[in-house]
Amino acid sequence: MARMKFLCDADRCIECNACVTACKNEHEVPWGINRRRVVTINDGLPGERSVSMACMHCTDAPCAAVCPVNCFYTTADAVVLHSKDTCIGCGYCFYACPFGAPQYPRVGNFGTRGKMDKCTYCAGGPEADMTQAEYVKYGANRLAEGKLPLCAEMCSTKALLAGDGDIIADIYRERVVTRGYGSGAWGWRTAYGETVSV
Amino acid sequence: MIKAIMARMPAILAVLVLFAFAAPELSAQQINPTASAVQEEQLMRALQSGEAVSGRVTIVDPRAADLIKPGNKNWAADHGGMVKTINIVAILGILAVLVAFYLIRGKIRIEGGFSGRTIQRFNAIERFGHWLLAATFIVLALTGLNLLFGRALILPLVGEGAFGTISAWGKIAHNYLAWPFMLALVIVFVAWVIHNLPSRTDVEWIKQGGGLFKKGVHPPAKKFNAGQKAIFWSVIIGGVALSWTGVMLLFPEWAGSSSDWQFYQVIHAIVAGVLTAIIIAHIYIGSVGMEGAFDAMGTGQVDENWAREHHSLWVEEVKARENAAPGGAAQPAE
Repeated sequence: MARMKFLCDADRCIECNACVTACKNEHEVPWGINRRRVVTINDGLPGERSVSMACMHCTDAPCAAVCPVNCFYTTADAVVLHSKDTCIGCGYCFYACPFGAPQYPRVGNFGTRGKMDKCTYCAGGPEADMTQAEYVKYGANRLAEGKLPLCAEMCSTKALLAGDGDIIADIYRERVVTRGYGSGAWGWRTAYGETVSV
Repeated sequence: MIKAIMARMPAILAVLVLFAFAAPELSAQQINPTASAVQEEQLMRALQSGEAVSGRVTIVDPRAADLIKPGNKNWAADHGGMVKTINIVAILGILAVLVAFYLIRGKIRIEGGFSGRTIQRFNAIERFGHWLLAATFIVLALTGLNLLFGRALILPLVGEGAFGTISAWGKIAHNYLAWPFMLALVIVFVAWVIHNLPSRTDVEWIKQGGGLFKKGVHPPAKKFNAGQKAIFWSVIIGGVALSWTGVMLLFPEWAGSSSDWQFYQVIHAIVAGVLTAIIIAHIYIGSVGMEGAFDAMGTGQVDENWAREHHSLWVEEVKARENAAPGGAAQPAE
């Protein structure tokens, strides 16, 4: 099985936010929730870079470690998913996540956050694949259709890569060697304990 | 022709000079952009723990601007490591100590036996405050411990669906019962603080080990002995710490940044574990551990012999007050 990862080539990202929009549209994500976002570092300064970030589907995911009800599980493709039926909206995963991926439908005072929502790597949830029940809770299950996450698929500059970690690392490595520079595989060290060495 | 060129020489020179100055700027635009590209590694190195690599986002939620917060993993590790360890050691430790104490010392009996005469030890308000505090604390402790250990202990027994339901109700109970707990804390504090100020009798009580370890030893004590004072102040200080951090956890907007919230959460979980251990000892000595002790909080009336053995100075105070009262206390006809 593949070990699915995201890799954002910050030297290609033009902060068009199409990945954010595509994600929201594909999964009909509720208002106020952003499964993916684009953050611009050093905005307006020399060396400015934009990075598209979502759940990185960590190795030994900290969200899964702190969850009091054990609602997280890792698929055979190493995608970190969760069950909204079990989730109690305690907020622990938000505070454990290094990438700000877990989101809640409400502000969260007095424990009224609601069920947590996050990037599913377009792989749905514990319900049967491609059913209405799965779609309502988690959005589309593109992986079950043999497709990759839509954010990466429709990225106009191919900055955002999704797929098997070894393959996308090779693509990135080749790019860096060819053009002679690269600002790194953002978040990899934190998520996977390793980075792409060129 | 040459003359014409010579005539225009200053202008040509000026153009050449301009080119000479402009040329470096042109080449500057063609430099390798990697020279100044922001590297993740250098940003991460500059980070202090708990801080974030942040930028600008076009999303309204300002928290979305934090790109990477590696410190969050430290909190996750503390939560699963230190916090759980402290709770396990505190609770299993106190249970082991109590079992050992029971096996060695046994139940502490009233040496003079029941006298049949009782003295009022706690009035209705004191007992209401105590039991409100006790009932809410037990539910809060169990639902809190469920968040730490439920997935290891209860989940395998009842299955995912039932455990999710239990935990969801547990969370609601925890959030709402926190308020009567805080009210009870205030009642208990107001009712008993005057009796719990440290005094010289406490020194003697502690020197004699409270008479806990030896039969026939009963150091004098007023309404509360040094051990009970220790329980009282543990409950007040621990309770206030739990209330304060708990309210911060309930209202993350008041807590400040997410590292502040994490700090409150760690304090909350550690104080809760230690206080739970103290309360287990308190429950033991107030029930199976000591003959006649439960009546104090049960009916509010304690046996006179029990009171003389454990709170000799307090009994004298009560008797003196009864005698001083006009007409004396109503004495039953012999």
